[in-house]
Amino acid sequence: MYRFGFVRLWLLGSVLLIFLTSAVTGNNGDLALSNQESHQSESNVTGIPIVKFKWLHVESPYIIALWILVAGLGKLVIESNHHVTSVIPESALLICFGFILGGIIWGADKVQTFTLTPVVFFFYLLPQVILDAGYSMPNKLFFSNMGAILVYAVIGTCWNAASLGLSLWGCHMGGAMGDLDIGLLQYLLFGSLIAAVDPVAVIAVFEQVHVNEVLFILVFGESLLNDGVTVVLFNVFEAFVSLGGSQIDAVEIIKGIISFFVVAFGGSLVGFVFGLLISLVTRCTKNIQIIEAGFVFVLGYLSYLTAEMLSLSAILAIVFCGMCCQKYINANMDERSVTTVRFVMKLLANGSETIIFVFLGISAIDKGIWVWNTGFILLTLFFIFVYRFIGVFFLTWILNKFRLVPIEFIDQVIMGYGGLRGAVAYGLATLLDEEKIKEKNLMVCTTLIVVYFTVIIQGITMKPLVNWLKVKKAAVAEVSLVEKVQDKVFDHLLVAIEDISGQIGHNYMRDKWNNFEKNWMSRILMKPSVRKNRDYVFKVFHQLNLKDAMSYVAEGERRGSLEFIRNETALVNFKKKFDDEYSEIMPDITADMSDDQEINSLNCFCCRRDPVPCVSLEMHKQTMNGVRETEDINSHHLLQQHLYKGRKQHRHRYSRTHFDVNKDESEVQEIFQRTMRSRLESFKSTKMGVAPPKTISKHTKKDQQQKFSEASESASGCDTSFPMRVTYRAGAGIENPAFMPDLDPMSAVQIPPWLAEAELDSDMVAPSERAQGRLPWTPSNLRRLAPLRLSTHSTDSFVIADTSINTLRSHENNQK
Amino acid sequence: MGASQTRSVHKYQDLVDRTGFSLEQIKNLHKRFQHLSGNEETISKENLDRIPALANNPIKKQIVYAFFDKRNQHQDEVGSFEEIGFEQFLMVMSHFRPPTLKTTEEEKEALRKEKLRFLFNMHDTDNDGTITLEEYRKVVEELLSKSGAMGLEAAKAIADAAMLEVASTNVPHMAPDDFYEGITFEHFEQILKGLEMESRMHIRFLDVDTTTMRCGKSTS
Repeated sequence: MYRFGFVRLWLLGSVLLIFLTSAVTGNNGDLALSNQESHQSESNVTGIPIVKFKWLHVESPYIIALWILVAGLGKLVIESNHHVTSVIPESALLICFGFILGGIIWGADKVQTFTLTPVVFFFYLLPQVILDAGYSMPNKLFFSNMGAILVYAVIGTCWNAASLGLSLWGCHMGGAMGDLDIGLLQYLLFGSLIAAVDPVAVIAVFEQVHVNEVLFILVFGESLLNDGVTVVLFNVFEAFVSLGGSQIDAVEIIKGIISFFVVAFGGSLVGFVFGLLISLVTRCTKNIQIIEAGFVFVLGYLSYLTAEMLSLSAILAIVFCGMCCQKYINANMDERSVTTVRFVMKLLANGSETIIFVFLGISAIDKGIWVWNTGFILLTLFFIFVYRFIGVFFLTWILNKFRLVPIEFIDQVIMGYGGLRGAVAYGLATLLDEEKIKEKNLMVCTTLIVVYFTVIIQGITMKPLVNWLKVKKAAVAEVSLVEKVQDKVFDHLLVAIEDISGQIGHNYMRDKWNNFEKNWMSRILMKPSVRKNRDYVFKVFHQLNLKDAMSYVAEGERRGSLEFIRNETALVNFKKKFDDEYSEIMPDITADMSDDQEINSLNCFCCRRDPVPCVSLEMHKQTMNGVRETEDINSHHLLQQHLYKGRKQHRHRYSRTHFDVNKDESEVQEIFQRTMRSRLESFKSTKMGVAPPKTISKHTKKDQQQKFSEASESASGCDTSFPMRVTYRAGAGIENPAFMPDLDPMSAVQIPPWLAEAELDSDMVAPSERAQGRLPWTPSNLRRLAPLRLSTHSTDSFVIADTSINTLRSHENNQK
Repeated sequence: MGASQTRSVHKYQDLVDRTGFSLEQIKNLHKRFQHLSGNEETISKENLDRIPALANNPIKKQIVYAFFDKRNQHQDEVGSFEEIGFEQFLMVMSHFRPPTLKTTEEEKEALRKEKLRFLFNMHDTDNDGTITLEEYRKVVEELLSKSGAMGLEAAKAIADAAMLEVASTNVPHMAPDDFYEGITFEHFEQILKGLEMESRMHIRFLDVDTTTMRCGKSTS
């Protein structure tokens, strides 16, 4: 109940805002700029006014900002009611919200002052939605279903347009809709504008029903590509209409067909060129990282405008632009910029989608456009629905003869049902020229009804239908490394089989393309530094590592400290079991390691048994004495480097814009930050394929000694049952020592031995299990650490690996 | 299509039943087989190794080996052939047949198992029923060997992490003294559940022979 009150409050707030805007704007409040009107009412003030009310001065931007705010608030209200959005899709609710707003404005102004104008829609709202769609397009999936998508988008759309236009005309001739001044060509024009499945509406609805990826890409790809088709059809028929029926001959029709190809391919080409341009630009933006994300948007938008300028398909242009550049910009730009691009892209797309739907709703409340013709409207609805199904079934029937994996009947039903029309159709309808098409208003209002019907009714019923038909849902996609590795195996396997069987198939083509891409395009478009490390599997590995690190830190944060990792029970547990467990595991490990690992007792995790070899990749052939010495130094160093220190000592390492000095409260945050930073650092360097920057502390040896004595002093003051551990604890908040620098699997590998010697001091910590190239004895630890792991699926191997070492080390120390 | 063809058609009929390929496909594959073997009855590893298009394939070794693996012949035999005849060749190929609209759910399931088994066998080189870490590492190393500067260690790390993943998904409650020995077939099946094997692991076997079409043009 409380929640409802809250919601109502918001609603009230936004309603008030609307009243404010509409009241203030009065009659001249068209969204289009109107502040050229001279307004001299205050010009005859004699003195210097202290405060002036200059509404007209800020009117247009003010209204725009207010609208964005209102739309955002509306979305906020809608999204805060989960039980409603789970039944009714958000797009439908936004349209209804638009109805309400429109009603309010109507009530205030007695005329609809705000409508979705084509200019605003096509230039300011649509591009970012499409760009986002292109940018986040799963390329591989898209291209492997390219054939089907093209068939649906091109032939399907033409079919929809033609059949609708002809059928309506036939009905008109038959007298089903009374007296209308619409000729065959106008019907075809109307058919072409309403034929296309709308990307905005489709994405909005299909995002919420998680259908399988093939079905999704088919609907989604179709909706994106067929916009190009519609725009072309629309232009061609509009030209025909203005030419008039008598002047259309074969030449004109052929010209129309040619223009179709030119427009579609030209648009794609423009997009492709701009995509390459973005990639090239981001290749050299190392020094302006702050603004590099901006290039993506600006150039993307420019591709749209350029295509529009050349009267090519702007939508196709921006789709392909996004698709082409995604790979290269993700590799070229700084990771933060990539995140920025992703978020801003989503922000813009989602924002304008919201505004589009709201305005679609608002536009309805306008007495001016409503012309009711039952026959026309109902027949249109009926035909759209029926022909969509016929088209889908027929085309799929043909496609299934060629597809390796046929599209199932149920999927076809969903495809047919998913033929949602949306704002693009409305935008095109409002573009119609009233001079040439007398019944423009009827068409606009029919389009609106079709949009409402498809988005609201079909949108609402989509989810139940999907559930009812038991459509194959998308697998809950939690990335796992095994799968990605297997994916890669797959790709190569299939190519090989095609090679062996001597056939040229998809895989063969893809392999050839990949080779070409790798050898030529990446060479030109990618930074040399990132080129080598962009193997997909490795990227997934990197991501999973990051995720693990995040969850690890989050867990530590939740428990107040990273110390949780060494909590009493685990340790005691371990100790108790140590004797039996160890002897059983050890043979395995020994066997495992002996063949490929160097023997070194520095990171000895087993001092109990001398013959058991221990692992370090960095150090070879050290005498035991030297080892002892370095070990001591290392442990001092380890301690003083990773013990928690007050912020003041480390201030120089942080940006000054960060948190305040407040030891007590920010301790947790401090730990979080420090750990995160070093983890990320090491990951980043992993990505770059270089050794991590050496975090050698600036203390001299003497300093170290001193520090160490301090540390041990404070340690001795505490509980002494576990010397090593207690020492760690001395600083109260601990950064898990084995946790920090050794996360980087590459670090151990890439430090050459001669450097390794020198580096002993700085980051001599037990190399992670990953670095040691040996499967950690997870099983035993897994169980123990199971509660710590947030996700049971992805592997928290760091946690596991590092703990095992820690525990062992502490044990080792215990032995001494 | 002369008289010699009709005889072989008869011979093929048996293969059609066993492998599920169509007659046309078998003919095509036979041509390819002869091309690869140099008109011999059998084909050896060297023959396959010599295929130029395979040169760039990082897991070439494993794939070629799979053709000579007796386990992939559906006959419950183990070991490997020195040379394989056309029949064996076809049997291996038959793992990559696509499903059709008519395949029932059970058949799909069987198909899936079969394909999985093929993959599994590719990893499990010593045929002990588990993919050990060593074996898995080997595959991953080869797999990544062609992708630039990612060192051997990175490949190892990835293999280890992947293995760990398998261990944690399949045996979440392992006794403390257990050691995860390797991926068994059941585990393998489990982890690749998300991969729609039956609809992905296949290639298009053409009914129309493109090579003969080209040849026909040049000779006539």
